[in-house]
Amino acid sequence: MDNSLQSNYQQPSYFESRSAYDWVWALLVISGAGYVFANYHVLMDAYEIGILAISAPLLIWLGWRWATLQFFSLSVAALSILAISSYGGDLSRGESAFLLKYLFASQSAIMWMSALYVMATATYFGLLFSGREFVGKVASSLTWCATAMGVIGLMVRWRESYLMGADIGHIPVSNLYEVFILFSIITALLYLHYEQHYKTRSLGAFVLLVISAAIGFLLWYTFDRHADGIQPLVPALNSYWMKIHVPANFVGYGSFSLAAMIGLVYVLKSSFQTVRPQGLLQSRLPDLALLDDLMYKAIALGFAFFTLATILGALWAAEAWGGYWSWDPKETWALIVWLNYAAWLHMRLTKGCSGKPMAWWAIVGFFVTLFAFLGVNMFLSGLHSYGEL
Amino acid sequence: MQPSTLSILLRFLGSMNLAITLLVAIAVAAVIGTVVQQNQPYPDYVLKFGPFWFEVFKGLDLFNVYSSSWFLCILGFLVLSTSVCVYRNLPGILRDVNDYREHSQRNALLRLPHHHDFESNLDQQHILTMIAAILKNHGYRFRQKADQNGVLFAAKKGNGSRLGYIFSHVAIIVICIGGLMDGNLPLKIGEMRGNIAVETRRIPASDIPAISTLSTDNASFRANIDIAEGSAADLAFIDYKDGYLLQKLPFTIQVNDFRIEHYPSGQPKSFESDLTILDAELPQPVQHTISVNHPLTYKGYTIYQNSFGDGGSKLALKVWPLSGSHTPAALQATVKQFTQIGDQQLEISDFRPFNVNPDPSGAKQFVNLGPSFQYKLRRPEGTANEYLTYMQPILQEGRWFYLSGMRSKVSEPFIYWFMPADQEKRLDRFMALYQTLLNPQALAAIAQQTADSSDSGRQSQPKDREAVAQFMLKLANQFVTGGYDAITAGIEQTVAADKHQEAGQVYVAVLQRLLKNVYLQVLQDEGIDLNQPLAEFDSQFMLDAIAAINLAHVYDAVVFLEMQSFQHIEATGLQITRSPGKWLVFPGCLLLVLGVFCMFYLPQRRLWLLLESRETGTSILLAGSAQRNRYDFDKEFALIKQQLTQHSTSA
Repeated sequence: MDNSLQSNYQQPSYFESRSAYDWVWALLVISGAGYVFANYHVLMDAYEIGILAISAPLLIWLGWRWATLQFFSLSVAALSILAISSYGGDLSRGESAFLLKYLFASQSAIMWMSALYVMATATYFGLLFSGREFVGKVASSLTWCATAMGVIGLMVRWRESYLMGADIGHIPVSNLYEVFILFSIITALLYLHYEQHYKTRSLGAFVLLVISAAIGFLLWYTFDRHADGIQPLVPALNSYWMKIHVPANFVGYGSFSLAAMIGLVYVLKSSFQTVRPQGLLQSRLPDLALLDDLMYKAIALGFAFFTLATILGALWAAEAWGGYWSWDPKETWALIVWLNYAAWLHMRLTKGCSGKPMAWWAIVGFFVTLFAFLGVNMFLSGLHSYGEL
Repeated sequence: MQPSTLSILLRFLGSMNLAITLLVAIAVAAVIGTVVQQNQPYPDYVLKFGPFWFEVFKGLDLFNVYSSSWFLCILGFLVLSTSVCVYRNLPGILRDVNDYREHSQRNALLRLPHHHDFESNLDQQHILTMIAAILKNHGYRFRQKADQNGVLFAAKKGNGSRLGYIFSHVAIIVICIGGLMDGNLPLKIGEMRGNIAVETRRIPASDIPAISTLSTDNASFRANIDIAEGSAADLAFIDYKDGYLLQKLPFTIQVNDFRIEHYPSGQPKSFESDLTILDAELPQPVQHTISVNHPLTYKGYTIYQNSFGDGGSKLALKVWPLSGSHTPAALQATVKQFTQIGDQQLEISDFRPFNVNPDPSGAKQFVNLGPSFQYKLRRPEGTANEYLTYMQPILQEGRWFYLSGMRSKVSEPFIYWFMPADQEKRLDRFMALYQTLLNPQALAAIAQQTADSSDSGRQSQPKDREAVAQFMLKLANQFVTGGYDAITAGIEQTVAADKHQEAGQVYVAVLQRLLKNVYLQVLQDEGIDLNQPLAEFDSQFMLDAIAAINLAHVYDAVVFLEMQSFQHIEATGLQITRSPGKWLVFPGCLLLVLGVFCMFYLPQRRLWLLLESRETGTSILLAGSAQRNRYDFDKEFALIKQQLTQHSTSA
C-alpha cells in the first residue's frame, strides 16, 4: 500500500526526466569529444585531455539546463565543420572559396558578427519604443545569429591558425582582438539566458549597448591597428592554462558588464518612477525587484567565475613567472575588482542593502573592471603585456 | 549586565563595517601600488618625483607597498577580522545546519511571505505519504513531528550556502597566512635586528660579505641568477630594496646549453635550458631541460626559465683606425669583459647573434639584420661613447652598407653611420679610401699629382701648383675632420660674403677632383684597370663613400671595430624560488572556489507543512522561506503548491 502510494507521487529523477533530444544531444557531444580525442590526442598533453574530458559533460549539462543552447551549439558545430572542411588543408582558400570569403573565414564571420550585433542593438531599441513582440523576437534572433557567427569565427580561426603552421596553431583567446570577440559572445549568451529565463527582452537594448561598444573597439582595432591577424604565441602564453584562465575571466567580465547595464536600467527606471510614472521606462522595463535580483545574480555569477579565473591565473603564474602572486599590475587590478565585488556582495547579502545605491555601485564596478581589462594594458606596464594597445 | 571589553573588541573586529573598510583599504593600497611603479632603482624615483617627494614616498614605503609594514598590517587586520567573524558565526551556522525549526508555530508560518492554506479530504496516512514523496522529489530533507495539534513537516535543503560561508572565509584566512609565509617578513625582521644588510655595490659574488648572504635555511625567497653555458652556480641573488642579497643554494646548477627556437616568421617560440643538478646527496646528477611554463622543482626549490643574455661570447674583431695612420689590427675580445685598445678601454656590453626586426616596408614580415654587438670605448679620463655595430652589411636602396650607431648619452638614440661595402661586400675599399685621406704623405703625393695634371696646372708655375696642392690638402683635411660643413665654415671665415656661393662651388669642385684621384688610386691598388671606363658600381661607390666621409666626423670614435667572426656563448637567466606557503595557498584557493560556488548556488530553503484535522478533512498549511534567489524560490514554491493541491483531492 505504502509503496504503491509512494510511486503515485514519484517524480522521475533528473536523468529519467531527460527527453530523447537530451540524450541525442549528450550522445553528439560525447561523440564529438571522442572524435577530437581520437584525432588530436597526440597533440594534447595530459592537462588538455583533462580539459576536454571536463568540458564535454559540462556542455551536456549546460545543454540540458538550457535547451536552446543545444540547437545553438549544434548549428554552430555544423557550420564550423562546413567552413573548416571547405578550407581543406589550404589557408589560401579563404580568399577564393565563396563560402569562406563572404561568410565563414574567421575575419568575415567576425564582420558578420559585428554587423548583426549592431543591428540587434538597434532592433532592441525598436522594441523598447514600439513594444511590439515581433520586434523583440527579431532582436533576439539577430543576437543569436550574431553570437553564432562569433563562435563560428573563433572556431574557424582556431583551425586557420593551425593551417598557418602546426606550431603556430593555438586557441584564439591570446590577444586583445580575440578576447574582445570572446567578451561579446559570452556577454550575449549570458544575457540571452536571462532573457529566456526571466522574459526580459526590454533589457536587450541596454545590454547590447555594451556589446556594441566592444564591437566598435574591435572594428577600430581591426581597421586602424590591423590587429586582426593571427600571430604566433609568445612562449609565456604557450600553455594549457590559457584555455581555462581566459574564458573563465571573460565569464566574469561579461557578467559584471551585464550587472552594470541592469544597474543602469534600475537607476533610470527608479529615477523616473515619480517624475513620469506612466512613461515608457515604467511600462516596458521589468519591475525593480526583478532587476535587483538579476543584478545580484549576474554579480554572483561573475564573482564566482572571476574568483576561479584569478586562482587559475595564480596557478599559471606559479608555473610561468616563478610565483603565484607577483603584484603585477594586472594581478593587482584583478584583486581590486575582486575586492570591490566582494564588498558589494557583503553589503547585499549580509547587510541586506539593495536598490539604487547598489545599482550605482554595480555601474562603478563596471568601470573598475574596465580599467582592469583595458586600462592596465594602456597605462601600466607589467608581465601581462600580451594585449597591448 | 555590562558587556566585557573582550566582547566589545570581538564585536568590533567581527563587524561587517570593519570588514568592508578593510576590503576598501586594501583596494586603495593596491591602486597606489600600481600607479607608483614598484621596486625600481631609487635614482629613478628621485628623477621622477624630485628629492623632496622621494623622501616622503620612501618614508611611506610607497616604492614597495606590498611588503610595507602598513600594508601587512591591514592584511593582518583582515585576517583577524575574518577569523573573528568565522569564530562568532560558526556555532550559529552549525546549529542552523542541523536545525529543522520543527517548533514553528502556525502564526509564525502565516507571517512568511510564501504560504498557502488549503484542505484535503484524503485520509491522513495518504497525505503524509504524499507530502513525504513530494518533498523528497524536490530534494528536501525533513523532520516530522506529531502532537495534539497535528503533524508538522519541517523541511530544508541547501546547507551548502551556510557551509560555503565557512569555506570561503576560512579560505581567505588560509590564503593570507600562506601568502605571509612567502612574503619577505623574515628579511625585514632580520634587517631590523641588524642580522642582514642589503648589498648595493656591484662586486663579485665571492666578495659579498656574510651579512648580505642568506644561508640555505632561508625557507622562502625569489632569487635570480644568470649562468653562462658551460658554467655552474650554487647561489642566486634576491632583489631587495635598493640592492640585493646573496642566497646560497644547497646544490649546484650547471647549465649545459641554452636554446631559443624561432617561428618561421622570426619571433621567438621557446626558450630552453639544459640543466644538470649536482648535489652531494644525489647518487648521480639530475639532467633536466626547463623552458618557459615548464620549471623544474628539486628539493622544494623551483627553477624557472626567466630570461637570457650573453654569457661572454668571444668576438674576433678587426680594428680600423679612424684617426692617424695605423694599419688595421686583429683583436680578440670577450663580451662583458674589458680590453685595452691604445689608450681606450673597450667594454662590450652585449652581443646578439641575430636581429629580427619588422620589415621597414610596413608589410607584416620580419627581416634578420644578422649579428650585432654593442660596446663602449672609454677614454682615459673616464667618459665614453657607446656604439652598436652590425657584423654584416645591410641592404639600403639596392646597395650594401656597413652600419654602426653611436651615441654619447645612454638616453639618446643611436645615430647611424653608413659605410658602403665593396663588390665583395667587404669594408676594405672604403677603409682604404678613408685611410689614404688620413695619411699625409700619400695624400700629399696625390694632391700634387692632381694639381700637376689639371688643365690649368700644366700651364702654371711649379710654385703655384704646389700652392694648389697645399690648398687641396687643406680642403681634404677640413672635409675629413668636419665634412662639407667644415669647408663652408672655412669659406665663411676667409671669403667675402658676396663670394660665398661662388667660392663654395669652386672649393667643392677642387675637393671632388682630389677625392676622385684618391679613389682611383685605391682602385688601382686593388688592381683595377683604370684605362677602362669606371663600372657603374664603382662610380656609385664613390658617391656613397664621399657621403660617408662627409659624416665621419659625427661618428666620434678613434677606431671602427669590424666583427669578423664570433663564438656565441649564451647565459640563461634562471629564477629560483622557494615558497612553502603555496601548500597553504593552493588548498585555500580550492576551498575558496568551493565556498563561493556553494554560497551562491546552494541557497538554503525551508518548507513547513502543518496538518491539522478538521471536521471537513485535513487542513494543510504550506509555508516556505528562502535566503535569496526569491524569484527561483517563487517558482519552486508555486510548483510544490500545485502538486500538493492536485494530489490532495481524491479523484
